[in-house]
Amino acid sequence: MTKHIPDASRRRLLFGGTALAAGALLTACTSNEAEPNAAQTKGADTSNPNAAAGKAVTIGFSAPAADHGWIAAITNNAKAQAGAYSDVTFKQVEAGKDAAAQRAALETLIAEKPDVIVLLPHDGKELNAFGLKAMEAGIPVVNLDRAFPDALAYRLQIKGDNYGMGVAAGHYIGKALKAKGVAAPVIGEIAGMDELELTQERSAGFKAALATYGFSVTNRRAARFTADSGQKEGQNLLQALPKIDAIWNHDDDQGIGVLAAISAANRSEFFMVGGAGSKKAIEDIAADNTVLKATVTYSPSMASSAISLARLIGQGKGMSDLVELQVPKEIILASETITKENASTYLKLGF
Amino acid sequence: MSAEVGVKDGVALNAAGPRWWKNESAEGLWRNLGLVGVLLALFAIGAVIRPDLYGNIDWVTNNMMVILTQAAAIGVVTVGMTFVIIGGGIDLSVGALIALSGVWATTVATQSFGPAGMIFTAIAVGVGAGLVNGLLIAYGRLVPFIATLAMLVAARGLAAAISGKQTQVSNDQFINSLAKERVLGVPLLVIILLVVAGLGWVLLNRTTFGRRTIAIGGNAEAARLAGINVRGHTMLLYALSGLCCGIAAIMLTSLATSSQAAAAELYELDAIAAAIIGGTLLSGGRGTIVGSLFGVIVFSAITNLFAIANLPTEVQNMVKGAIIVVAVLIQQVRFSSVTQFARRHGLSRPKAGTPQQT
Repeated sequence: MTKHIPDASRRRLLFGGTALAAGALLTACTSNEAEPNAAQTKGADTSNPNAAAGKAVTIGFSAPAADHGWIAAITNNAKAQAGAYSDVTFKQVEAGKDAAAQRAALETLIAEKPDVIVLLPHDGKELNAFGLKAMEAGIPVVNLDRAFPDALAYRLQIKGDNYGMGVAAGHYIGKALKAKGVAAPVIGEIAGMDELELTQERSAGFKAALATYGFSVTNRRAARFTADSGQKEGQNLLQALPKIDAIWNHDDDQGIGVLAAISAANRSEFFMVGGAGSKKAIEDIAADNTVLKATVTYSPSMASSAISLARLIGQGKGMSDLVELQVPKEIILASETITKENASTYLKLGF
Repeated sequence: MSAEVGVKDGVALNAAGPRWWKNESAEGLWRNLGLVGVLLALFAIGAVIRPDLYGNIDWVTNNMMVILTQAAAIGVVTVGMTFVIIGGGIDLSVGALIALSGVWATTVATQSFGPAGMIFTAIAVGVGAGLVNGLLIAYGRLVPFIATLAMLVAARGLAAAISGKQTQVSNDQFINSLAKERVLGVPLLVIILLVVAGLGWVLLNRTTFGRRTIAIGGNAEAARLAGINVRGHTMLLYALSGLCCGIAAIMLTSLATSSQAAAAELYELDAIAAAIIGGTLLSGGRGTIVGSLFGVIVFSAITNLFAIANLPTEVQNMVKGAIIVVAVLIQQVRFSSVTQFARRHGLSRPKAGTPQQT
């Protein structure tokens, strides 16, 4: 008896599982990749003379394998933006699991002699040497988000502003609480992975901005950028603080869990600010039916911009609004604050 | 004199049943009392740090429910893990299986089948992956550590492929409401944990399946010679662990109203640690469900206390590590070694009897 039951159920599970897998994969592909493709690109702008087809450019691209939505959006955006230009050939190399694997993959890319390389390294410090090597070989490198410490290692560095994100969140919360006339507010912070430098920068910016209002963080929890860890830390934060005035949650993905914890606890005496600017968060802000009232951006649209600028570098053109004839060396995106009022204009940048 | 002691022992043993059985139950009781003591100590520390909160009965009751809710998903996994470890194995893939089950259950396609479809999918994926583990270990002769390590990596990869690396939001109201539902003031997730643990207890202590698990973990070769189908049984143990992962995946999805490939990070280590401090021998053959449950609750209470005291995560992880070491040290010291130590140094009565017997 014990022999027959497992056999039968195993067969059933395998067949059922395969069928489900096929269906799931199909929907996963269509639902998750189609959306950002159309949204986070720029190219149809005919008033911009730079958009007109020019010299053919081959752009090599490498970013770490995606483990969460933001990185996935980076790769999708880069691919989509390259597709929007008829004169761009897009060559993506797999970045592998770590810095060493990415370095190996990039070696093969150099050998193929692309005109420009756009690179989001696993770790800026570890791949600095590669940047130097490519530049020496005469291939301009566009360094995306995770910065090379050595200025010789890149032609253009384009990145987000983690400290600025904290500052933007701090100012939004500070202003709102001053407007409400709260004297000694209880402010909670749910950070991302604490061992990352970017988390420390975000928290430092938040702390500094709050200090200008004479406020400080009452309780700070660190989650893991995942929804389930956000739920856990959110639930504990709510337990620790029976009355809260404001919460800043560093990441909108883990924010899904934080919001679940808040709704399960039936709490609504405070407002929450998110981080990154996911599509779901922007939709929630626009709908205005949760405690989430704002989010500060760290947008993966920078990958689209990086491809556009890499193309201009390859063609030897500058940015048409600037006087200079070449693309600048460094671009730091401002962290923007998305509220109910401007949510509709940002929705297309959500990921 | 020594003969008298022996007779006394014999009488006591005859009254209570066989020697090993009596020892094991008494041992479990002591360890569980120790863990309850740890819980009380944590409570006392909390009361000293935040008297304003701990003075409020409603808050305290609610906080206990929060601690138990956070222990629920990992608790269910730990029940499965306890079986696997007692049976002489280890399952490193539980966190990854939760992520895989959760992601598979929350794809748009699966969600269109409603809550029943989602629950079925999560459990089917969990059991299926568990069976693969079991097949590789029992019939493929892979070391459990390697086989489940491979499954850990592969399942996370598959989960990432299925989800397109996105966080998949669950739009199913029934699934999402599970985490908010309370029955007589007790969260539904906690009741699920108690039911799973109860069934696990019965399975381990009151069925031949449980006896065989202990026998295989104690000595697989002896169990085989005694006529137990060791391979088939081992495979079932990993399927059981997979089943628990499927259930936990639904619980976690409900809590976070979503699932993703990176979910349930390091749950394998939490589950193993909880089982160990609950008194399960990593070498197999001994362990209790109740002990594992207390282990999970202790970890959950520590996380809760650290949040309430506003202490950073890194300190919390160090304390967790220290507790694992201390628990295992106590475990090793208390039983065989204490009596041997005492005998060796002439501290106990049996020493006087030993020469006479030999």
